[in-house]
Amino acid sequence: MTAEVLARLQFAFTVSFHIIFPAFSIGLASYLAVLNGAWLWTRDGRYLSLFNFWKKIFAVAFGMGVVSGIVMSYQFGTNWSVFSDKAGPVIGPMMAYEVLTAFFLEAGFLGIMLFGRSRVGDGLHMLATGMVALGTLISATWILAVNSWMHTPAGFSIAENGQFVPEDWWQIVFNPSFPYRLVHMVLAAYLTTALVVGGASAFQLLRAPGHTVSKRSLSMAMWMLVLVAPLQIFAGDQHGLNTLEHQPAKIAAMEGHFERHEGGVPLVLFAIPDQQNQKLDYALEVPHLGSLILTHSWDGQIPALSEFPVEDQPPVWIVFWSFRVMVALGFAMLGLALWGLWARWRGRLYSDPWLLRACVALGPAGFVAVLAGWITTEVGRQPWTVYGLLRTSESHSPLDLPALTTSLIGFVTVYFFVFGAGTFYLLRMMRKAPDTPRLGLRDGPIRTAGIMPGPTMTSGERSD
Amino acid sequence: MLGLELSFIWAGIIAFAVLVYVILDGFDLGVGILFPLAKTEQERDVMMNSVAPIWDGNETWLVLGGGGLFAVFPLAYAVVMPALYVPIILMLLALIFRGVAFEYRWRTKRWKRLWDFAFFGGSLVAGFSQGMALGGLVQGIEVVDRGYAGGWWDWLSPFSLLTGLAVATGYALLGATWLVMKLEGGVHDRMRRVAQPLGLATLVFLGLVSLFTPLQDEVYFQRWFSGGSLVFSVAVPVLVLLCAAGLWKGLRGGGDRLPFFSALGFFVLGFIGIGISFYPMIVPPSLTIVEAAAPDSSLAFALVGTVILIPIILTYTAYAYWVFRGKIDPSEGYH
Repeated sequence: MTAEVLARLQFAFTVSFHIIFPAFSIGLASYLAVLNGAWLWTRDGRYLSLFNFWKKIFAVAFGMGVVSGIVMSYQFGTNWSVFSDKAGPVIGPMMAYEVLTAFFLEAGFLGIMLFGRSRVGDGLHMLATGMVALGTLISATWILAVNSWMHTPAGFSIAENGQFVPEDWWQIVFNPSFPYRLVHMVLAAYLTTALVVGGASAFQLLRAPGHTVSKRSLSMAMWMLVLVAPLQIFAGDQHGLNTLEHQPAKIAAMEGHFERHEGGVPLVLFAIPDQQNQKLDYALEVPHLGSLILTHSWDGQIPALSEFPVEDQPPVWIVFWSFRVMVALGFAMLGLALWGLWARWRGRLYSDPWLLRACVALGPAGFVAVLAGWITTEVGRQPWTVYGLLRTSESHSPLDLPALTTSLIGFVTVYFFVFGAGTFYLLRMMRKAPDTPRLGLRDGPIRTAGIMPGPTMTSGERSD
Repeated sequence: MLGLELSFIWAGIIAFAVLVYVILDGFDLGVGILFPLAKTEQERDVMMNSVAPIWDGNETWLVLGGGGLFAVFPLAYAVVMPALYVPIILMLLALIFRGVAFEYRWRTKRWKRLWDFAFFGGSLVAGFSQGMALGGLVQGIEVVDRGYAGGWWDWLSPFSLLTGLAVATGYALLGATWLVMKLEGGVHDRMRRVAQPLGLATLVFLGLVSLFTPLQDEVYFQRWFSGGSLVFSVAVPVLVLLCAAGLWKGLRGGGDRLPFFSALGFFVLGFIGIGISFYPMIVPPSLTIVEAAAPDSSLAFALVGTVILIPIILTYTAYAYWVFRGKIDPSEGYH
């Protein structure tokens, strides 16, 4: 174990946990804004029930995202101080803008969104909900600008002291891979949320068939899936072409493409990459399909791994397989979306037990796909922190091994305990169906001739 | 020349962000430190609900402090973080426990006491670690070739333990006076009583830290006991005593808000004291503000937005505080 390996393990571990929560809370914040808007627009109590139900789940997920995010913002310095010193002048201002434009916005309005409806009135409460949703999207924009710059650096020069000096901020922020990465990630967040909402609603419907509130949320989630799953596959394809242009070694690793194939690049469905001997074992291939997807021609060529020095190749096995997991899940999501569309047409969306079970089974698929996609892109960047310019082996802090070992053990223990408990609470909250709205005086047909039937709405009681 | 000015403006902004963090998260960490003093379930609920809508915004200033340092003084960030590795990691782990406790404790009956303890322990360890980190910074960090050159326990000393205790005690005072301002009934009266010894202890710690700080470095000594800054050396203690008088007057029945704002005064003055010692260093004894600053193109880009955004942030943060103004209604909360 070297300091570099330990620093990488720690970063990979903490960021893997962290990325799960934003992937969920970006989508959920937008969903809450839609629900709140739909409630104000239609005064249909089902939307308010859903808002109050998912609001609490959002609060728990957001809390976990905040605390794991603070760790990330300090870890650049604690474990990657050389990287921080050199890349800080470029990356730091973007991260500062993330704090100023996104984190404060979310945090400032979160309290009002969660606790303030009765204090500020519907209009301002809607504004607060919208601001929280906007904050999550702005946050994603900045952090993906940072991440994309590390993959496709642009708009800088290098000073004598080794620091990257910003020359053109427009080029830095809108670096070549940024638009693709941003779209891919935001769509992933929306897909993840749609799958979770759909899975929870399907579970509730399996337990309480015909529950009107769960039917509404399942319907919304399945529409979202129909909309986003095909879009995401298209966006992923475009992102892949962009990566081929700027990071060909990564694409070659994703495809397991060690040597050039003269007639055309096959698509490898299954194989065991053997990086030491620079070949694929047990390959199951579809001839020419790789060329067709990546170059949109029958015999187009892409650079092979053999054209890069071994020390500049990413770890092939990890990238090859994580990419396949992501793609397979993407197509499974598309399949579920089409199945849902078919069932809706046949009037069986809420009652087909196999469809509902499939929704439950794919409920966590978004998280797995996000993690797999993240591993593909980040491990694929290796052996660089700033692609082609700053090696990972030259980026870590001058720290003693025991310091890194102890902190890694600390993070692993605390994360599994704390976020394990959080996941348990989230699952328990989602298991119970949202409260059914009771019609009250204000919202229902006026029959009671002025006699108060009690509180207008009952939802949002203690969950246990 | 431009670079010189920009880096000093930025040093001011970072100092401001850290000060805002210390006074805002200071009181809500303090509420956590005082959590065991609640006698009933309901007292714990209102104590937590007095900060639940705002703690996240308060903690964001910590991210701005760290993120801002990374953005405009990357070299200082790269040197300080490995040097203060242990207290920083401790603080991060503690903040995890404390942050999730706000939601978790409402989600379970069986484990509620555990998350109550996490809220208390996380707040205490976070405050103590921040204090130790401060002490570690004040006593100086060894830098060679743009990197930290010491070991991972160099920060630990009687002085950093003293500053750790000082900050944790000060946070508890902030928490107690905040609760005096925000609550009513039994817990309010108890906090009023607790705030007196806490105020006294904070004053003693403030005195001890001030006494030992000039001994950490020749430069501090010069700064405090000679030349033009002697005016400050006299003014700061006088103002501290004024705040102490305000605190006592408030706690003896002179209004529920006065103690909180007097306690904030302690922190502002202590902070100014550190500023007097440090200037123009950012990482004593070897890195100045100018040396650690990022290139002008970074400083200018970040400054444009910051100057526009900070007033906006302060406005809506103030609005959020205004929405939740007044004494806490025990029946409120969304749980």
